[in-house]
Amino acid sequence: MLPYARRPRYLRLGFVAIAQFLRVSKSFGATRAVDAVSFEIVRGEFFSLLGPSGCGKTTTLRLLAGFEQPDGDGGDILIGGVSALGLRPYERNLGMVFQGYALFPHLTVERNVGFGLERRGVNGAELTRRVADALITVRLDPKEFGHRRPAELSGGQRQRVALARALVLEPELLLLDEPLAATDEKLRRAMQLELRQLNRKIGITFVYVTHDQEEALTMSDRIAIMDRGRIVQIGSPAEIYEHPRTEFVATFIGESNLFEGENGARVAIRPERMLLLAPGDPRPAGYRFLSGAVEEVIYQGEMLRVLVQVEGNRRCTAALRNEGQLSRPLPWTPGTAVAIGWKPEDSRVLDQA
Amino acid sequence: MTIRRRMLGMIGRRPGLGVASLLLPGGLWLVLFFVVPMLLMLGASVMPRGTYGGVEPGLTLEHYRRFLDPLYLQVLWRTIAWSGVATVVCLLLGLPVAWVIAASRRHRSLLLFLVVLPFWTSFLVRTFAMIFLLRDSGVINSVLLGLGVIREPIALLYTPFAVLSGLVYGLLPFMVLPIYASLEKLDPALLEAAEVLGARPAARFFRVTLPLALPGMIAGSLLVFVPAMGSFLTSDLLGGAKQVMIGNLVQNQFTTARNWPFGSAASFAVMAVVLVAVMLSLRLRDRDPGERVRR
Repeated sequence: MLPYARRPRYLRLGFVAIAQFLRVSKSFGATRAVDAVSFEIVRGEFFSLLGPSGCGKTTTLRLLAGFEQPDGDGGDILIGGVSALGLRPYERNLGMVFQGYALFPHLTVERNVGFGLERRGVNGAELTRRVADALITVRLDPKEFGHRRPAELSGGQRQRVALARALVLEPELLLLDEPLAATDEKLRRAMQLELRQLNRKIGITFVYVTHDQEEALTMSDRIAIMDRGRIVQIGSPAEIYEHPRTEFVATFIGESNLFEGENGARVAIRPERMLLLAPGDPRPAGYRFLSGAVEEVIYQGEMLRVLVQVEGNRRCTAALRNEGQLSRPLPWTPGTAVAIGWKPEDSRVLDQA
Repeated sequence: MTIRRRMLGMIGRRPGLGVASLLLPGGLWLVLFFVVPMLLMLGASVMPRGTYGGVEPGLTLEHYRRFLDPLYLQVLWRTIAWSGVATVVCLLLGLPVAWVIAASRRHRSLLLFLVVLPFWTSFLVRTFAMIFLLRDSGVINSVLLGLGVIREPIALLYTPFAVLSGLVYGLLPFMVLPIYASLEKLDPALLEAAEVLGARPAARFFRVTLPLALPGMIAGSLLVFVPAMGSFLTSDLLGGAKQVMIGNLVQNQFTTARNWPFGSAASFAVMAVVLVAVMLSLRLRDRDPGERVRR
């Protein structure tokens, strides 16, 4: 077993489930949006539901929030160990940040953030104090922004208000439905880091829905990958990237070269594990090689991607790290013959799914 | 701002000239058929009355002074009161209708079609239909008599009730449509956000739906109140001689009584009321709704 400090964070958190899905399904008409899904969310972790659009991740989140009720086929959703079936969203002690933020346009920032507190009968000085604290938590100055309307805020400021509005009630679970989908790259990266740090600081469990694999890898303690209403793999970013279980996961998270392995099984190898040699170069031991021709050379700064056409009219990708050799004329040009190789122990055998 | 800039861009390199050319036809039309008649009426209202209609040269405030007679002021008050009541009734009837239309996904177009369907017939014909409904031998009395609920016909026609019914019936679509337009824009996620934050259905309605429907309610109220203030057909056909509204007075002065100056003065009195109503509603619309909820 790994020493404590090097164990994944979700293991250090003690693996106490705050929410559990037990064979939960949700159908809309004939479509099964969520199909007998089971998983648990660990208290305090940053948990992401990741998948392409239409995979059921948003429906799963809405089931947890209580906006949708699961099909009555015996599935159950537990929150804090107790069945949440039939509970209204406000009876589940959770906060939610919506796609597009859903700030009340007719209310000031202060009153948006105070909305939930007022509904719970908090008023006067305590209301003012808790609203100000929540705004400070998301790094907004209450004096400067408290009296503004959502229309008078930038996209990033609106995100912070939406966060503060959810956090001010001190929920156990914070649900986030693609909150960064509509923001530009630079702000998104900054917010990703900030959300991650917020989760570690305040100890609230985050459940994050996204279709962006890089975003999920950046922020999450664990990721559940969904495809066509089912969860195909759950694990830490490293577990999922290093050991993808199916072809879907291997190609949806990062890039993979797929080959037929021994006894007909499919195997996946990451492009950065591939070795590229000129045909005459001495070949190191322990590698398997295919010969082919360079098709495209793509310079990406920290990486150089070389697409190679190999026998059988198939394409492989090798990703070479920029260790200085790329500042000279690029080592590979389209059309040159190459040998592309990998160590069998770097290949991952995929389930037939 | 960006749309404005883009439209200006389409007009060309000399936006001033382009905007002017766009405004010209409509502006000319308004000057010719709105500003000029208004000025003529304003002139007429301060000139002596001609014997056979029209005006004679001179300058007088006699007609405005005459309008201050309690007899005429009473007509003005009645008109304001009925228009106000009709507006409130339309608001109470129209808000739920608009809400149902905005909430329904499948039947939305059908319901909207039904709301505007009455416009397919002339207002006159529809008001006559109300007579057939309300008169002593009309549908309502016949049914009530037939069921034995009443033994003698109740007087419905030629009552304030008849006039109000006519006003509400005729003007209700003008309330429903603007409210629908503002509710339709309401993002359902706002109601879900309110629900997660602890708002029960009533709180969601009063704290989120209603404030966001307010612009539509104000626009609808104006669209009902203003035509009601100027209506004369409804009170003429459904109210009889006893329930005169200011519109009837004006119409009468220009036709039978042949007193154009007094008719003009009465028109300007109505306009003053309408102007006040418009200004009040604009102030209400621009007030900070967040602050209002707090109080």
